[in-house]
Amino acid sequence: MTITRRNFLATAAAGGTAAAAACATLAPAGAEARESHKVPDNAVGLLYDATLCIGCKACMSACKEANDLPLEDTIGEKLWDTPLELSGKTYNVIKVYQSGTMENKDKAENGFAHIKRSCLHCADPSCVSACPVSAMQKRATDGVVTYNKDACIGCRYCVAACPFGVPQFQYDTPKPEIAKCQLCKHRMEQGKYAACAESCPTGATIFGSYAALSAEIDRRRAMKPGEPNLFPRRTPESGDMHEKAAPEYVDYVYGQKDAGGTQVRYLSGVAFDKLALPMGLPERAYAADSETLQHTLYGGMILPVVALAGLVTAAWRGSKDHHDDDEFDMFDHPEGGHK
Amino acid sequence: MVNHPIPSQVISRLKKGKASPTAIGGSLVTPFTIVLAVLIGISLFFMAQRFIYGLGAVTNINNGYPWGIWVVWDVVIATGFACGGYAMALVCYILNRGEYHHLVRPALTASLFGYSLGGASVLIDLGRYWNFWHILWPGYAQPGSVMFEVAACISCYILVLWIEFSPAFLEHFGFKNLKAKLNKVMFFFIGLGVLLPTMHQSSLGSLLVVFGYQIHPLWQTPLLPLLFLLTAVCMGFAIVIVEATWAAVGFKRDIHDELPMLSKIGKIIMGILVAYLVIRLGDLVVRGAIFKVFTSGVKSVMFLIEMAVFIYPIVVLSSPANRKRLSKLLAAAMSMLTGAILYRIDAFLVAYDTGPGWHYFPSVPEMMVTIGVIAIEVLAYIIFVRKFPILPGHSTPAAAE
Ligand code: SF4
Ligand code: SF4
Ligand code: SF4
Repeated sequence: MTITRRNFLATAAAGGTAAAAACATLAPAGAEARESHKVPDNAVGLLYDATLCIGCKACMSACKEANDLPLEDTIGEKLWDTPLELSGKTYNVIKVYQSGTMENKDKAENGFAHIKRSCLHCADPSCVSACPVSAMQKRATDGVVTYNKDACIGCRYCVAACPFGVPQFQYDTPKPEIAKCQLCKHRMEQGKYAACAESCPTGATIFGSYAALSAEIDRRRAMKPGEPNLFPRRTPESGDMHEKAAPEYVDYVYGQKDAGGTQVRYLSGVAFDKLALPMGLPERAYAADSETLQHTLYGGMILPVVALAGLVTAAWRGSKDHHDDDEFDMFDHPEGGHK
Repeated sequence: MVNHPIPSQVISRLKKGKASPTAIGGSLVTPFTIVLAVLIGISLFFMAQRFIYGLGAVTNINNGYPWGIWVVWDVVIATGFACGGYAMALVCYILNRGEYHHLVRPALTASLFGYSLGGASVLIDLGRYWNFWHILWPGYAQPGSVMFEVAACISCYILVLWIEFSPAFLEHFGFKNLKAKLNKVMFFFIGLGVLLPTMHQSSLGSLLVVFGYQIHPLWQTPLLPLLFLLTAVCMGFAIVIVEATWAAVGFKRDIHDELPMLSKIGKIIMGILVAYLVIRLGDLVVRGAIFKVFTSGVKSVMFLIEMAVFIYPIVVLSSPANRKRLSKLLAAAMSMLTGAILYRIDAFLVAYDTGPGWHYFPSVPEMMVTIGVIAIEVLAYIIFVRKFPILPGHSTPAAAE
């Protein structure tokens, strides 16, 4: 038979109607947005209080030792570990904000402030959602975001996706891995906890349950600036306290809600955008956006299967239209040529 | 990959009425194939370096820009270029327009090689390539990941493309019965062969959704999958026009007979592009990001260039007189392709900003590897059509050159 405009339009219209009907029926099911995951009940995490940090970098060297990481030489002295940023060799780095004369600690004007950079152990991590092979996982128990190099294919989607620029790929080796803090999960198995918190002399970095750290955050924010107060070292319950005048915190707990919330949280005397942490992130995790979209399109594979049925039917009708015998060959089309 | 003369010869040959497929034969050693071999040699040298010393020894990618041209060009753009087969199968078999039929085959051949090589070249980019099978392995595969969807779909589509092509092999090896059986169920694979590109071409856009604020608001939107899909289909149609015109220019052939078809394709491109621009700009207005069009420095400039090269083909193709002129059709198609390439580069690299201090521009060795992959593709295509009965019997000596 010949293809007329009319039967072309009829086929197109039939296909279009089917597709529209499919969308209409499936839209309500698919429109269910996936909520951001919450911090698990028994979550653990870190609290980093920039006002207590003296920049000694004891946490950095403890991290290197605990995780068997090589030294990084950025100044050519081959003497110290001198990473300037997170890298394939560095899970944890202390950076410094500097302004003007740098006289005042924890002040934005003519001051300076430290910031610790490491994985924030997000409540709903982009890296986990992105990873196609489950190499990045969030432990249901304590919410630690782990990495399994034996599963990883090295696609670097996690590197690109993390809103905090945390996972680091090793570009200088034929057998690269992703470098990222896993909250010393191997030490936790031995009943210990994060090496950075254990080694910090001032209690700037403390490790504890999410709930205990929340309480500690509330306690510190309620302090009157300038008045002497006690600050714990290592963990909130260590009992190893030191006295210090309460600092003037900015009115923001970084990680409380940012990108869905994180289990590593920060207090500071200087605005966080000055400390190179992205401000203005939505409270909804990006992973939730992405997975909602995927689920809308591919949930239960319903939409694709319906579409496939429509397409196959159309192709089948096409093959019938053109052939009375069963010698259908997509390359040797009797109807080929100009009409 | 696509801008080589072979597919257009195919078109010219297909025009000579119905001839049964034959291998073209002829020498594999020509100046053109020698150049290809040299390019492949150079890229193999750099690939070896990459496998011995790591990705950093060859590429400029870094932890601020972990994806370079080996992802953005070799996969995201190259598979877009390879959408000719998808676009033509869509109109020819699904919308049942037999008149386009003789454009399907060359387009599908280019798709076969574009996708196969795109899929294979992923291995060069994967840091831990020896684990690549994990992505399709139960227990490892993570269906919530957009990359899983892309990888699974592209793998299946490559398989489907080879199945769609297998009649050529079966004929070559004399399995007439098998061929007949396969042809009976071919409609299923044709349907699948339209569904799969629809899925993964849109997912290539979805990949960016999880990047959140790191993608500039002029590009970041939940409609990324739709925008990527529309431009991919358009790229498929534009490629068909480019290939056909290549013949006219390269072989000084009169393509009068083909013009009506090509001008219809031009009209389709125009329609899709209008839809694309309405959706893209409408989305910017709805999200309130439209004000960023003039205030975002380099990103604004890139956005405006994109708009210009998308609008130009619409203007040109809107005139029926222009649609009848090959030169205008070609100009519109090239402009459209430029827009689609820019859109992908912009979305993945220009709009991507992880914070100050990070830069990326591909290194020369990195580019040589990409060029080498394209060369492998073209060479494989040449060997393929010379050795297998892919193309209908040729009739002019010029076409066999
Ligand atoms: S900070 Fe980045 S790497 Fe760490 S859990 Fe969140 S998304 Fe993953
Ligand atoms: S690089 Fe590894 S861990 Fe990161 S997303 Fe890819 S497979 Fe997952
Ligand atoms: S060990 Fe404590 S005080 Fe020293 S740099 Fe690390 S966080 Fe700061």
